[in-house]
Amino acid sequence: MRLETIPNPSAARKVGLPALALLATLGVAMLLALIAGANPFAVLGQIARGALGSKLAILETLNRATPLIFTGLAVAVAFRAKLWNIGAEAQLYAGAIVAVVLGTGALGSPLVLPVSAGAAMLAGAALLLGPVLLKTRLGVDEVVTTLLLNFIMLLFVSYLLEGPMKDPMGMGWPKSPALIPEARLPRIVEGLRLHWGFALAIIAAVAVWVIQTRTTLGFEIRAVGQNPEAARFAGMPVNAVLVKTALLSGGLAALAGWSEVAGLKGHLSSDLSPGFGYTGIIVAMLALLHPLGVVVTAIFVAGIFVGSDAMSRAAGVPTYIADMLLATALLFMVLAILLTKMRVVRG
Amino acid sequence: MSRDSGAEVVLRLDRITKRFGALTANDAVSLTLRRGEVVALLGENGAGKTTLMNILFGHYVADAGSVEVFGRPLPPGNPRAALAAGVGMVHQHFTLAGNLTVLENIRLGTEGLWSRSYAGAREKVARLSRDFGLSVDPDARVGRLSVGERQRVEILKALYRDARVLILDEPTAVLTPQEAEALFATLRKATARGLSVIFISHKLHEVMGVADRCVVLRHGRVVGEVDTHATDKAALAALMVGGELSLPRAEARTPGPVLMRLDQVSTPDRGAAPGLKAVSLELRAGQITGLAGVSGNGQAALAEIVGGLALPAAGQLWLHGQEPETWTPREALARGVARIPEDRHHQGSIADFDLTENAVLEGYRTRFSRRGWMDWRAARAFAEGIIKGYDVRCPGPETRIRLLSGGNMQKLILGRALAPGPDIILANQPVRGLDVGAIAYVQAQLIAARDRGAAVLLISEDLDEIMSLSDVVHVMSQGRLSPAFARGTMTAAELGLWMAGQKFGEAHAA
Repeated sequence: MRLETIPNPSAARKVGLPALALLATLGVAMLLALIAGANPFAVLGQIARGALGSKLAILETLNRATPLIFTGLAVAVAFRAKLWNIGAEAQLYAGAIVAVVLGTGALGSPLVLPVSAGAAMLAGAALLLGPVLLKTRLGVDEVVTTLLLNFIMLLFVSYLLEGPMKDPMGMGWPKSPALIPEARLPRIVEGLRLHWGFALAIIAAVAVWVIQTRTTLGFEIRAVGQNPEAARFAGMPVNAVLVKTALLSGGLAALAGWSEVAGLKGHLSSDLSPGFGYTGIIVAMLALLHPLGVVVTAIFVAGIFVGSDAMSRAAGVPTYIADMLLATALLFMVLAILLTKMRVVRG
Repeated sequence: MSRDSGAEVVLRLDRITKRFGALTANDAVSLTLRRGEVVALLGENGAGKTTLMNILFGHYVADAGSVEVFGRPLPPGNPRAALAAGVGMVHQHFTLAGNLTVLENIRLGTEGLWSRSYAGAREKVARLSRDFGLSVDPDARVGRLSVGERQRVEILKALYRDARVLILDEPTAVLTPQEAEALFATLRKATARGLSVIFISHKLHEVMGVADRCVVLRHGRVVGEVDTHATDKAALAALMVGGELSLPRAEARTPGPVLMRLDQVSTPDRGAAPGLKAVSLELRAGQITGLAGVSGNGQAALAEIVGGLALPAAGQLWLHGQEPETWTPREALARGVARIPEDRHHQGSIADFDLTENAVLEGYRTRFSRRGWMDWRAARAFAEGIIKGYDVRCPGPETRIRLLSGGNMQKLILGRALAPGPDIILANQPVRGLDVGAIAYVQAQLIAARDRGAAVLLISEDLDEIMSLSDVVHVMSQGRLSPAFARGTMTAAELGLWMAGQKFGEAHAA
């Protein structure tokens, strides 16, 4: 058996196969629930209700989607240029550290929010600068460097929380002091848990979309990603474009950590991110790297997480069914995308 | 060469039809090959030659029709069966392992995993070399061989597997005229021994010289089948394109001032590809300078320097009488150098970008944006202008360029390069792989640009093209540049000796 390119895939194929991938994912979910000894339909229903069943559930899902939108955008921007940034997790923590450093009294209001957001982006961008320069100057594979930076950063955060940044009033828990009220992102509607980080994420998605489609930088990023040789031949500064892409990507990922600290948690702890940086890769891939698609897939992924939490409490099925679901969804989706462009022939 | 029409039929393709979506690549194509016969398969690019051979060789499965080898039907979609039936194919791009020796390459895939004995193989290869005039050292590493030698290894490989039918896909595209002559001698020996050959080509004089019969394909259909001794080049060309065609003829002109000058330019070697060796070259306004030579002899290094992709390691580059301080593609474009790249798929275009995006690849920053914001309206108008002005056949500017044929893709690249009114034009293999109609069009545009006063550097492997278009011809071999020969002062055979590198030694000795 081998693959043969389809010159002009039909619309039915383009829509039908991804839909089939979603159905197959649901099928696997039900199978998993069955193995866990629960009623498959009840489990799916509880996941859906847990994610979207009430105003509270919806807001929780959107809150959870916020960091995923940022990390998803970071990955989508970088992958578009074929810059494989696997280090959104590290850049997220860089942003979170800045939010704490500037938000615990070092800066007074009302400048603290915009200044610390900008500084967070710079920190995230700076963190990706090393790997991208190693790539463009020495040809070091950025997959390795960005991935390993994640562990270095996590250990650095542990050090900070056990040492210089430890909350003296924290009863010995490894967490930072709380942000001053002026450094906190306000809620969008008073009394509801959704904070302005979500709105900022939407704005960021639109901004990235505008950059990609309307600016020379976006044109360069897409050209470099599709065919660096042709881009270089046409006079594009390929390495400079990669560096700019990295700065943008690192900055976006840092906003995820910044908004989690400033909008939701109010302090930094080493469990700030349950792998938002890695999940951002799934979010971006499911969105086919489209910045507006990232918003949709981030909410979908967040919904599965939030819904699974609720379902787990009710049905006793472990929460890691969510991780398995996402992995399955990604695999089926990648397969579906491949099969819209290629068909399997015998021989 | 046997022209005995009563000879045994070794291969019969019967009403082969293959469709790709709406495109019918082969429409009921039938072809018969007899013992000891050379049949040329002739047609423009996209006529369906390669598809037909891929079906014969089992890479594709035909929608209808059948293949018979020595009277027995060949199971579809099975390359092994084709090999076992005695069909051998020499592809245009060789399938050899450079780090293995000639003998190891020939044996590859035919012997068992654990068999280590080379004695039998060595003897057989030596015999085949002798019988067919394919001299090559069996213990040489393939990576060190010349292109002509590699092709001999490919043919030996097929003969070693007892091929009775040889398919050669554009075998002379990479050879000097002298190497091509040697290949034809081999083919004559092969047919004398009862082998049959299918020779895919679009070079008419070779087909006339080597083939007994020609099968001409156009738009996937057989439009003619003629004995070569009963036809001539003009008739074959007319069959191929479906009408009489007029080759562009560039009349001589008085050249203008020197616009670009290379002075003793050298670049380092890159692996097997030689760098430039103290090359001096003048490009004059209103003149087409032709650069002949077998590819891989330093043309790429020269093109990189002229096009702004590289700086000379030694020597100077002068542009309009001054040395540029920086030299990048962007700088070259800004100073009026237009580039038509050698590889339009990998260098000249971005496959998944649409025509608008590809049209503004070079000018997006200076002409189609303001303060970092793209002006897509102007870009689209520009693309539409090229589509209209250069006769790019496409559904519209939002078509992805990967869906265009090579000729239409090249026309877009040509329009992109010529639109700003450049005064130096680097045309690197501008018509390679194009059909006859597109070739005439591209060449006419280059001549028109010259007549407007542009200096054109035409790099090509096709001597006919170089000789018919160029006002001045240089030959490159092993990174060295021959003196300039004025139009009409050299014959193809003489240029061939320069291409083979022989004349350089003589020039030095003299």
